[in-house]
Amino acid sequence: MSDAPLVPADDGGAQPVRARGLVKRYSEVLAVDHIDLNVGAGDVYGFLGPNGAGKTTTLRMALGLITPTEGVVELFGRDPLRHGAAALEGVAGFVEAPRFYPYLTGRKNLELLAALDGDGARERIDEVLGVVELAPRGGHRVGGYSHGMRQRLGIAAALLRRPRLLILDEPATGLDPAGMRDMRLLIRRLAGEGITVLLSSHQLPEVQELCDRVAIVDRGRVVYEGALADLRRQGGAGYRLRTTDDARALAIVRSQPGVEHALSGEHGVSFQAQESDVGALSLALAHDGIGVLALTPELATLEDLFFRLTEANGAAPGAANGSAASTAIPPPGASGNGESPAGSAPVLHDAAGTP
Amino acid sequence: MSSVAASPALPAPGAAHPRRPSTLTAYRWELRKLVSQKRTYLGLVLAIALPVIFVVFQNLRQRHDHADNIFASQITQSGLATPVLMLLFLSVFMLPLIAALVAGDIVAAEDGNGTLKTILTRSVNRGQVFAAKALAAMTYAVIAVFLAAAVATVGGVVSWGFNHVTTYSGTVVSAPEALLLVFAANACYLIPLLTVAAIGVLLSTATRNSAAAVVGTVGIVILLFIVAQIPGLEAVKPYLLTEQFENWHGLLRTPTDWAPIWHSLWVCALYAGPALLAAYLVFLRRDVAGG
Repeated sequence: MSDAPLVPADDGGAQPVRARGLVKRYSEVLAVDHIDLNVGAGDVYGFLGPNGAGKTTTLRMALGLITPTEGVVELFGRDPLRHGAAALEGVAGFVEAPRFYPYLTGRKNLELLAALDGDGARERIDEVLGVVELAPRGGHRVGGYSHGMRQRLGIAAALLRRPRLLILDEPATGLDPAGMRDMRLLIRRLAGEGITVLLSSHQLPEVQELCDRVAIVDRGRVVYEGALADLRRQGGAGYRLRTTDDARALAIVRSQPGVEHALSGEHGVSFQAQESDVGALSLALAHDGIGVLALTPELATLEDLFFRLTEANGAAPGAANGSAASTAIPPPGASGNGESPAGSAPVLHDAAGTP
Repeated sequence: MSSVAASPALPAPGAAHPRRPSTLTAYRWELRKLVSQKRTYLGLVLAIALPVIFVVFQNLRQRHDHADNIFASQITQSGLATPVLMLLFLSVFMLPLIAALVAGDIVAAEDGNGTLKTILTRSVNRGQVFAAKALAAMTYAVIAVFLAAAVATVGGVVSWGFNHVTTYSGTVVSAPEALLLVFAANACYLIPLLTVAAIGVLLSTATRNSAAAVVGTVGIVILLFIVAQIPGLEAVKPYLLTEQFENWHGLLRTPTDWAPIWHSLWVCALYAGPALLAAYLVFLRRDVAGG
């Protein structure tokens, strides 16, 4: 048994993560509702969603820790439920906070995990402790480690496996700003070395900075999956306008050709438009005797888009279903407050990547 | 990690077909984990302390009245009577409790601490992890039994000498032969005790709660003792696990009565087999989301 190869066949260039129709139901609670995921080789893939959206449950299913009620997830073409440990070959990471034996030292914990990895992992312990800068504390019991040190030990434990796919669940949670920065640098470095990273995070700036593709989940469903650049582009370039008479200005904005999603809010009027149409709008406002106090361009951030997607999903369940044919992204400000956007919303890619 | 983006170098991505670690490796690490935990020593301290207290107390006694048990009546004549008496006393409750302390904890504690998911995302299969844990729990029970026997033997021999003893059938056996019988009696007692450990592993796996599993295991032992006392249930008595705790008595007769030992073997198999199989299946199929 000890000398058996971990995998019977070569990966054949299979996709690092491929999930189809994943469902997890706990009695009456539908934690994950037909999630599809496509993480390609070399992706730094952000997995986003509010608390309770189903992110961690999905990652647990990916690692074979829990059994899907329906659907299948494959890592490099192998299903953890059918192939067991063989499916985790080349895969490492942690779900929720990394857990270790508090009565063992950091080094002993890594020795234990290296023994359970085989493949000469033990020889890499010094190396990975150095990478996460825990070498001086390696001889101390984990019970005395800070949260940040445990997170770093979790990364070290993952690197022992020389992964080709790294699954990280909120790796920066609980870290101080310097720790978060270092974690970002490390992830970027890992990605730079060709490791595919599936990163679940609440830190939207972190995802925006690191990830090239994202899936946004809400209430167990994917509301967006695709390139981050596409998401931001389709979120549209927005403007915010403050005038001497916002009520009349709103009517003029809405009447202008090329202007969409005009809304009146506490901080003035927001809308989406091409730059050329904004010029015409400013002339129209002046023509009607309305003074422009401020006209500011606002490029949608991931945070804006995230809240627009997830809060709109909460306002109209099913309207933003990633498994449906298309997903409409609500305009800025339309977060279930009853205001209706003017004009039609841009369409996001669905889970299969179709516009 | 302030300079983490620079050096040292990261491990290169792994080969496509690394070798899988053996179950023996997982078992060795289960033992190392046990050795590293303070709670492990609680049971072993009990296994040492009780024979020591017994020997000290017997040394302090001025009079040794006639006892019903033949080994109790020989206590000051041969130190080899002590381990037999200790096995008689400890086998009923204390050794099952010691076995339950680790067996009931071995899966549940890891589930509660979240370390189960840590080891289940490495290169060992669930079956290997389960086998390693079950074997480690049983190894602990074996160590506890022989530790208690060794301490009782040394204490008895130091106090009362390495002399011949008279067995249940009235046969006098030499000291070396008596020593061998002590070892064999403890080995036979392991049959029901390892069954108790198997039940502990099942409860540990199924309940995911160390306290519930330990208390539940001991509770089952107590329940079976009570059942054995209920009038009208004499027919089931030979098939109760707790009745097998005395299987080793047949060794201390001449000629050796092997019947209780063979009987206990198949009766205990009827308890331990389904318990381990159920625990294995639960462990293979369970959702690991704890911690």
